[in-house]
Amino acid sequence: MQLEKIQMFEANNLNVWFGAGADRFHAVKKASFSISQGESFGLVGESGSGKSTILKAITGLAENWTGRLTVDGEDLGQKRDRDFYSKVQMVFQDPYASLHPRHTVDRCLSEPLRMRNASNIDARINQSLLEVGLDPTYRFRYPHQLSGGQRQRVAIARTLIQDAKFLLLDEPTSALDVSVQAEILNLLNDIKKQKGLTYLLVSHDLAVVSHMCDRIAIMQSGKIVETIDKKMLQTATTKTDYAAALISASYGFKREIV
Amino acid sequence: MAETNVKNLRKWLETDTPQSRTQAKLSQLFTSWLDLKSNKLAMIGFSVIFALIVTALFAPILAPHDPYAQDLAKRLQPPLTEGYFLGSDELGRDILSRLIYGASTTLYIVFLVTISAPIMGLLVGTAAGYIGGWTDAILMRLTDIFLAFPKLILALAFVAALGAGIENAVLAIALTAWPPYARLARAETITIRNSDFIAAIKLQGASPLRIITGHIWPLCISSLIVRVTLDMAGIILTAAGLGFLGLGAQPPLAEWGAMISSGRKFILDYWWVSTMPGLAIFIVSLGFNLLGDGLRDVLDPRRQKL
Amino acid sequence: MTALLTVEDLWVRFQTRNRLVEAVRGISFSVGRERIGIVGESGSGKSMTGRAILGLVQQPGIIQAKRIDFKGRDLTALSNRELRAIRGQHISMIMQDPKYSLNPVIKVGDQIAESFRLHHRSSRTDAKAKTLEMLKEVQIADPERVFNTYPHELSGGMGQRVMIAMMLIPDPEILIADEPTSALDVTVQKRVLEIMDKLVTDRGMGLIFISHDLNLVSSFCDRILIMYGGRIIETCLAKDLHKTTHPYTRGLLNSLPSLQNPTEKLHILNRDPRWKEEPSVNAIREDTNV
Repeated sequence: MQLEKIQMFEANNLNVWFGAGADRFHAVKKASFSISQGESFGLVGESGSGKSTILKAITGLAENWTGRLTVDGEDLGQKRDRDFYSKVQMVFQDPYASLHPRHTVDRCLSEPLRMRNASNIDARINQSLLEVGLDPTYRFRYPHQLSGGQRQRVAIARTLIQDAKFLLLDEPTSALDVSVQAEILNLLNDIKKQKGLTYLLVSHDLAVVSHMCDRIAIMQSGKIVETIDKKMLQTATTKTDYAAALISASYGFKREIV
Repeated sequence: MAETNVKNLRKWLETDTPQSRTQAKLSQLFTSWLDLKSNKLAMIGFSVIFALIVTALFAPILAPHDPYAQDLAKRLQPPLTEGYFLGSDELGRDILSRLIYGASTTLYIVFLVTISAPIMGLLVGTAAGYIGGWTDAILMRLTDIFLAFPKLILALAFVAALGAGIENAVLAIALTAWPPYARLARAETITIRNSDFIAAIKLQGASPLRIITGHIWPLCISSLIVRVTLDMAGIILTAAGLGFLGLGAQPPLAEWGAMISSGRKFILDYWWVSTMPGLAIFIVSLGFNLLGDGLRDVLDPRRQKL
Repeated sequence: MTALLTVEDLWVRFQTRNRLVEAVRGISFSVGRERIGIVGESGSGKSMTGRAILGLVQQPGIIQAKRIDFKGRDLTALSNRELRAIRGQHISMIMQDPKYSLNPVIKVGDQIAESFRLHHRSSRTDAKAKTLEMLKEVQIADPERVFNTYPHELSGGMGQRVMIAMMLIPDPEILIADEPTSALDVTVQKRVLEIMDKLVTDRGMGLIFISHDLNLVSSFCDRILIMYGGRIIETCLAKDLHKTTHPYTRGLLNSLPSLQNPTEKLHILNRDPRWKEEPSVNAIREDTNV
């Protein structure tokens, strides 16, 4: 075990705005949280809570933000550099939209390597396919020849092949069937253990978040309302009303089932 | 023996698990081809275009006479005269042979416009759509300026400045034909640039050039191809119109529009001199339209693949 | 209690250039004044079933059934015109995303009023009054204001409530709800379900609730049909779901992450190819007692 916790990520007083002038919308308000290396951190909230916006700010896709964002000890500015991209990668929600429809799996995985003039591309592609449980015969398929679960595996392979250490997961299983979700969540946990990855998981599904994450921040209307850990979530020992309401709603009509 | 080879090739193309980049690409093209083949009207269009290309390439072999050979004794012969299947024109030249050689001219014009206008439009449109801001504003205003030019007036201006001829006519057409492609490419780019897969490649540190050429162009190309085939009819007609006005192909070059023009004087008594090239233009334009319609169905990414 | 709707041996097929896709393969079930839940994953045929009842399957799909009996009339034998009279008035359908099912350029109130006037002869003022009444029933606090809004001005939950108002205003006997709450936030879901619950109970309607969410369906409905590969693979009373023995249903239940019963690894469903070949379970109940 590690003697001291290394912070992989830290957000300090993060504010994000969209639009300008009269239409300006304050999407994230004074968010602060940190994630240690090897930890799995969840961001939960309903639509409009700002959780996906935080991911955008980290990846450099949000233009108007203030505060401090630190990844692996380095503060982030307006632009992101090569160094950042080699550490941080993202898995998107919609498997039908995150792969280029005219590129084969092979092109999708080889492109990041070719951009870095990496060697051994063939071997690395085959290896990353195996790591995500895909048969190498799928290598030259197009996305429309793959199922939703298979596409998501390719998306995960795309992050692994770049040796990313910090993965941003934006609702990675919301668009998948329940049985496929189970496979993907297990896969994510397996590779996290094998490679010592750090996860920031954004989701609206409390059950998924409680399964995957060690600590969870609950967001509402741009603010982090409460930060709890797995145990508190499972026993519903929360401090704020909103957190309690969220947990109870996720049982909702599910009360009869045990 | 040959049968099993064809069967194997077909199996190779229809595979679910391609084993190489080439196989994947060819397999996709084959599927699209089968899709197109099932559309009867599109296949009619395809055959017409195919026939046009063959005719143009093999003109010297197919034409029964020299298109420039005049025989004033045999002038204005009606169709189905001995040796003059479609009749002869006012200088005794065989219309069929001139139509066949005219096919090369038509194809030449089509080819020149196809490689210039859509490509120009693609470059301008994708750059404007992706970069946005001032670049977008300036490029789009440039597009608007060229869109405002009427084709024929511009052609006249070119002829006045540079002299008559096919190349100048083509230049005039291309310069006024590219703006719609730019608009189309820009609209597609704006839709595409917010996709997750573009965000993903940005997250790998890709430069805008790589994103535009490698990720956006492949998606714009299908709509451009469809648009070009549908525009082809108009382009041929415009070239014919220019030829008709004497601004395009110069005599004695066989060009369908010029042929219609020179037959004007005899249209009442010797209708075939103008009508035959007119029919040729009609058939080729229709062919392009039918093919374009079929291609649109095949290349539309929103098509349900059941 | 007799069944309102009885479907026997329903098939939905799509013939394309090179293959035949059978979305629904010979299912039979009945719906009385009760709530039936049809659960399945994508590709199970559950949505197609809902559409087939109303004859809303798009080309090149073909619907075939021994009978689709609605209160004594066989829907498969009806002409298009007669079917249109049934749709909306007697059997209504709510879909997943109100953004796509409401006309974006017509005010919401006008759409609901139109739905009413399609099936009842009434004046504009009467229809408007009925619409406002209906909006109150779906617990919209300010019906006058909402009457004059456009769909894009409404949140997801409001939009879905408007859909419910629109579909229930002609007073149908059966409501088919296809993933009505899947696009909604969790807290909003709860409210919309409560509204549906009340309306369906008060009016004594039959409800066909189509969803991928097994837990939700089991707590909201009376009977459950589980579909797989176009067939009904199991049927049971909602309260008996946890006693299920079929490996597919068991597998689905077990692979869900649970807040209360955390596991280290989620259970993976091993698809047995034999499940696709099992005969469809007959879910016609002549004596539905709720």
